[in-house]
Amino acid sequence: MAEHLIELRDIKKSFGRVYALGGVSLYVDKGEVLGLIGDNGAGKSTLIKILAGVIKPTAGEILVRGKPVSGWNAARSREAGIETVFQDRALAVQQSIVRNIFMGSELKGPLGWLNIAKEEREAERLMREIGFTSKAFSTHSIVGQLSGGERQGVAIARAIYRQADLIILDEPTTALSITETNKVFHFVRQVRASGRSILFIGHNIHHVYDIADRFVVLDRGEVELEVKRADVPSAEALIGYMEAVANPNKTGSRTVFAAGAAT
Amino acid sequence: MTEAAQPKSAGGEATDATGPRHPFEHPVRRFIDANRAALGTFAVFVVMMAIFIVASPSVFLEWNIYRSVLTTLPVALFLVVPLVFVVTAGEIDLSFPATMGFSAWMFALVVQAGFSPYLGIAAAMLTGALVGFCVGALVVYFRLSSLIATLGMNFMLRGVIQIATEGKSIALVSLTQSSAKPIFSGIVFGVPTQMLWALGFVVFSSLLFNRNQFGAHVKIVGDNSDSAQQMGIDVNLVRVKAFVFVGLGAALAGFFSTMINYTWWPTSGDGYLLPVLASVFVGGTPTWGGVGTVGGGAIGALTVSFIQTGIVGAGLSGFYVQFFNGLIIILSLIGHRWNQIRYR
Repeated sequence: MAEHLIELRDIKKSFGRVYALGGVSLYVDKGEVLGLIGDNGAGKSTLIKILAGVIKPTAGEILVRGKPVSGWNAARSREAGIETVFQDRALAVQQSIVRNIFMGSELKGPLGWLNIAKEEREAERLMREIGFTSKAFSTHSIVGQLSGGERQGVAIARAIYRQADLIILDEPTTALSITETNKVFHFVRQVRASGRSILFIGHNIHHVYDIADRFVVLDRGEVELEVKRADVPSAEALIGYMEAVANPNKTGSRTVFAAGAAT
Repeated sequence: MTEAAQPKSAGGEATDATGPRHPFEHPVRRFIDANRAALGTFAVFVVMMAIFIVASPSVFLEWNIYRSVLTTLPVALFLVVPLVFVVTAGEIDLSFPATMGFSAWMFALVVQAGFSPYLGIAAAMLTGALVGFCVGALVVYFRLSSLIATLGMNFMLRGVIQIATEGKSIALVSLTQSSAKPIFSGIVFGVPTQMLWALGFVVFSSLLFNRNQFGAHVKIVGDNSDSAQQMGIDVNLVRVKAFVFVGLGAALAGFFSTMINYTWWPTSGDGYLLPVLASVFVGGTPTWGGVGTVGGGAIGALTVSFIQTGIVGAGLSGFYVQFFNGLIIILSLIGHRWNQIRYR
């Protein structure tokens, strides 16, 4: 079997008697964008927090580059090259872009004096790498002055600075306009082109359909579907499928991906 | 702004690195943007002084009144500047008056026992740092409200001083002969030396705030502590360090105030609580954390110490002092409200 960048095997998580995840298996390969789709309460947040090491799974195995990692926690997650951009609370909005990119790993000389010139050069390089440049702002601009899509750019640039191999984006395009969403997509494509992977989480299926190479649909703590983009004819087909999952009594289009669903 | 008129280039549009500078890159514009609050405070100060000079030119065109302000201002500066750090970190410290009295007490005891005043300074700073650490640890690790907990610490520490000394002051006549006197409370070219020390402290603290990892972390913790934690910053340690810095500043303030008067009083520091707090906010540091200005705080302290001198100097009776104190504080806050942008 091919070696995956990160693989989850039969991850279970229960809070008391409530099962948030009932045995989820999925993987992310190098240089791919995996779209994780699911409604509120499907278990997306729990899954992200497990990957980030913030909460521990009740059962299951996490493999990094094919090797199982024991004692998974936030530090292990970071060592594995996973950086999570949590929705809404990722950035310090009253600070500059530079300060946000180097948050917690400032470039400094003796006694903590900042090497500001070096930080600026490095920040500009990172921003260029993901195509996050504009005449409207500079590395000194306050993050609060940026648009929603640009803020995602700051968070992604930071993840790359922290040498992430897998960047988890939690609902990065929720509440964003079309223009802003396109900016985020542009950053994501640049990151993919550099050989890094992205786990793109969303409940707007159109957004996820546009950007992901492969989809995993999560429903009530279970993987309902895993399918390559090439096997999905359209976003509508994906939506139809999810409707069928939500209302199993109706005859839906569950059969559309007969080939893909088998994987 | 002009860029609002033209459509924003999608983040994707790769711009030429050698292209024209964007407007934020202009040094003057950047300086103004980065120092809005401090410049606003400075404008208030200039207007106030202009009014004083017009009202009473004979008093305000003489160096004497400035020298008298410059004698007492340094003590306030050592208190205001570190407090800017604590407020920026999203906390408040009301215990600094007692910390100041307590540290100065240690200085007085060392000098009274016949040791060198330099040893006394070391003892005072160590005491200040320790007290600051205790206050900070109490607030941070017991998750107490810093507003209430530090108020409690202020009363408690002052109580310890009162109990131990039974309210007696300590006169330190030996200081007048000491080599420390010309260094710390002498006069150089008509300027009190303690002012030069305070100025050095303001410059150093400003660098610490803007060009050091400590200042950067203080701002980030006050801005978004969740994010700071996720990025591996020891949020609690940063907060405790800010309190330790206040303790150190209070120790220096206590030392200089004792050095100026050659006497330590058990009430040393008490009168500074409200003027110093007012200076921080008059200076343009907002109450919500994440941003602050050391330079603004220093100018705020200057403004507050001139109000009192200025009103009496302008020929108004002392009964007007409190009224104008309040008026200037309120007007500055309204000014900053209009000047500050709060991002969410």
